[in-house]
Amino acid sequence: MSATEMARASRRTRKAAPVTRRAVTLRVNGVEHTETVDVRKTLVDFLREDLGLTGTHVGCEHGVCGACTILLDGQAVRSCLLFAVQADGAEIATVESLGTPDRLHPLQAAFRDNHGLQCGFCTPGILMSMVRFLGERPHPSDDEIREVLGGHLCRCTGYQGIVEAVRDAAGRLADG
Amino acid sequence: MKPAPFAYVAPAGLAEALTLVREYGSEGKVLAGGQSLVPLLAMRLARPAVLIDLNRVRRLDYIRAGAEIRIGAMTRQRTAELSPVVRRRLPLLAEALSYVGHPQIRNRGTIGGTLAHADPSAELPAVLAALDGRVVLRSHRGTRTLGPDEFFLSYLTTALEPDELLVEVRLPVHNRMGSAFVEIARRHGDYALVGVAALLEMTGSRVAQARLVFTGVGAVPVRIPELEQALAGRALDDAALAEAGRIASARLDPEGDIHASAAYRREVAGVLAERALRLAAERARRQHAGRRPGAGTRGARARGASQDPPAPGDGGDGGMQS
Repeated sequence: MSATEMARASRRTRKAAPVTRRAVTLRVNGVEHTETVDVRKTLVDFLREDLGLTGTHVGCEHGVCGACTILLDGQAVRSCLLFAVQADGAEIATVESLGTPDRLHPLQAAFRDNHGLQCGFCTPGILMSMVRFLGERPHPSDDEIREVLGGHLCRCTGYQGIVEAVRDAAGRLADG
Repeated sequence: MKPAPFAYVAPAGLAEALTLVREYGSEGKVLAGGQSLVPLLAMRLARPAVLIDLNRVRRLDYIRAGAEIRIGAMTRQRTAELSPVVRRRLPLLAEALSYVGHPQIRNRGTIGGTLAHADPSAELPAVLAALDGRVVLRSHRGTRTLGPDEFFLSYLTTALEPDELLVEVRLPVHNRMGSAFVEIARRHGDYALVGVAALLEMTGSRVAQARLVFTGVGAVPVRIPELEQALAGRALDDAALAEAGRIASARLDPEGDIHASAAYRREVAGVLAERALRLAAERARRQHAGRRPGAGTRGARARGASQDPPAPGDGGDGGMQS
């Protein structure tokens, strides 16, 4: 039985009582982690401080800016609006799961080629929203791209370059 | 911007959850999708001693179709928005959901959570009121089923007792009526300055019954009986629409805030009432003409988006200018 399965099993049998610290077991980018955390610690702080995955950025800390967007069991969500304890048993993907400086993910390459980023603060969140979105809508319209992009704030580039990058990435992934 | 300390508990079943709210409800908060509560915790506007997380209570995640649609409180907003049953038989709900935050928010936010939070600018309370739906409240003492007038009491205040959980919402199907949800916000996905839910039953070219519910203009969703009566039996021509807008602007009494003055909200409410009625009438006509219902896609076309699901939203408008 893996640690994730054991965590699931013990969760089913455990009699619930309020606690302030608790062990969590979760998979992040395919790697299993078990850590004991303060229950008030947000998932984004856990990823950055406990796991050292600083690719996910913290912006507004109240769900408006989208910089901290990650995939939770395949869905794009704000990691500042989740507590780490809530991710017990979950599968998480962060921007570190996409590419490396030498081998960029096609979405990352398209952002670079289309001036889809400047300072890069908002970029990890946008990439995670878009990687999921392109998975379910391989040939999106610009309106659909903009609806998803509406969940993110960028203060440098203007959004046009980002829309073009996503459109370009859709083509690259389709040619794949 | 970090929450104050609290104790956390995540019950796995409904019975356990009900025991926990009985024990800790008055000093605690119930955590559903967290898209409103966690920001309040982060800003320390809420400092509960205990957080009771319902996300492990799988039994509250369902959509059941009958003469009314029953939706479990922990059903994600995005799940409901994309549900074929909701899109076909509750098009008003599907369209309203497209205005709730962003897809990333709706992936977590729940149907029950937004109703229990009762933000005066939220979309779903207006939908519940427009459809005259019911919320089901459970506690160890029993079950209560309340309508919108009994449930929404004031700003962020509902009839929920500390030991009660909102477990289900019931919405009557309305795919034989024309419906529309329209909204103005500073950016798409922000809370509404004003939103309008419209339901229209037509007999030929005349209004048999009209219902309009406004959000963002009062402590709870607002209906204007005078407006609905003024439309009954009339053809929805330009004069009737203009009169509806005038009545809305005259009768509503919104408060001003940093986002919009009271006068601006009144003006916008009148314009949106006209737009919502026009759109609902057009959809009612199409239904009458025997086209296959499928409101989400109709909504998308009417608002200029280009494809079928997943998007009735007009994501192009807001927040894109840098």
